[in-house]
Amino acid sequence: MSWFSTFLTSSVGRKLVMSLTGLFLIIFLVVHLIGNLQLLFDDGGEKFNLYAKFMTTNPVIKLTSYLLYAGILLHAIQGWLLWRSNANARETKYAVKVTRTVNTNSFASRNMGWLGTIIFIFILIHLYQFWLQMKMGVLEMVTYEDVEVDNLYYVVAQAFQNPLYVVFYVICMVVIAYHLLHGFQSAFQTLGLNHSKYSPLIRTVGRIYAVVVPLAFAFIPVYMYLQG
Amino acid sequence: MKLTLKIWRQGGKFKGELVTYQLDNVSEHMSFLEMLDVLNEELVQKKEEPVVFEHDCREGICGTCSMVINGYPHGPMQGTTACQLHMRHFKDGDTITIEPFRAKSFPVLKDLAVDRAAFDRIIQAGGFVSVNTGQAQDANSIPIEKEQAAEAFDAAACIGCGACVAACPNSSAMLFTSAKVAHLSLMPQGEVEKQRRVQAMVRQMDEEGFGACSNITACEAECPKEISVEYIAKLNRDYFASSLGSETKVK
Repeated sequence: MSWFSTFLTSSVGRKLVMSLTGLFLIIFLVVHLIGNLQLLFDDGGEKFNLYAKFMTTNPVIKLTSYLLYAGILLHAIQGWLLWRSNANARETKYAVKVTRTVNTNSFASRNMGWLGTIIFIFILIHLYQFWLQMKMGVLEMVTYEDVEVDNLYYVVAQAFQNPLYVVFYVICMVVIAYHLLHGFQSAFQTLGLNHSKYSPLIRTVGRIYAVVVPLAFAFIPVYMYLQG
Repeated sequence: MKLTLKIWRQGGKFKGELVTYQLDNVSEHMSFLEMLDVLNEELVQKKEEPVVFEHDCREGICGTCSMVINGYPHGPMQGTTACQLHMRHFKDGDTITIEPFRAKSFPVLKDLAVDRAAFDRIIQAGGFVSVNTGQAQDANSIPIEKEQAAEAFDAAACIGCGACVAACPNSSAMLFTSAKVAHLSLMPQGEVEKQRRVQAMVRQMDEEGFGACSNITACEAECPKEISVEYIAKLNRDYFASSLGSETKVK
């Protein structure tokens, strides 16, 4: 094996892949949220539809989006492989086991595999429902000042009128919150950035991020449902 | 005090199961291992096989005792080995479940005794340390910063007991390996081979079949020497620097 594949397949190298893709997805969530917040303008979806048009046609964004698909797949596949090999490292389970932790959320840190699986299923449903509809070009068109764009807003607004879907969406945001609660600070620890001067700040920012970002995502469908 | 013990028995006539024993007249001043000695004396008198468990110094410095007590490696007291755990921390009438350290890389030898030779092989993979022999050096001839010395010493406190592996939901040996890598690489004497050492020890750790670290920190919580996961972050840094940034390749 070459020195690089030796590095990448080591337990430390595999974790580095999880950390870097995870941080990339953490940054992506903020960009995604900025887009979703356009839904809150009371303009019949004009700002949101123009934003969606920009995101699907700008070449730089397009290139980044391919990186994003690769990042999600790499994070998910590597995560599943690690989950499986870690589970295999203990054949006989404990009859009684208590897991105490230091500075991490014990529930989240022990269940990253399950939380991640739920998130992956959510992403598949999410892509099918919105992203694929737009890509297939089956959406109605709407014109703003001579620019014809897909009316993605209509599909989103329709989906958020279904109370079951809103509940499902909110639950998935709680799952993402727990995943981030561990993932944020864990990504820095894996990079080797654990230091008595900086770690308290990383942990605080991580906790705030894990609460605020999913909360903002969850607020939008609830608000739109209540608005009718 | 009276206790109900549920102890993992494996080997001989036992296929691997929790066996229940009643123990009366346990003094609260006994250590946990002394309590097990009393049980074993009773078993021997009844011509039954005593429970096999490992112990050596019984003063918390050798790392030989290894058992999971009510779900906690070395018992519920933090920063304490099983031999230094006293029965006053339990109540009359308690049921105590005692299991071996569990990991595929720590196969059970008998009852509560497990084979931790995988740790020895990780240490062996680390190789030699260049310490010049000959005349004893003056203590102050190699200046070392106080904080640096303290950091190396905290890592060197690792007794290699394996509680980190037993506590980790992934059975990862990362805390042990990181402590052993750090206590040498932080010292000028151990710095000479640090690039080769970190690659070789991580590779051996992986070959032994331990899981990967997912930063749960259960190891730090259960470590009887309270070694911090900061050393795992340091191991990662050293491994990145050595694998990606140095000329060193470990075959």
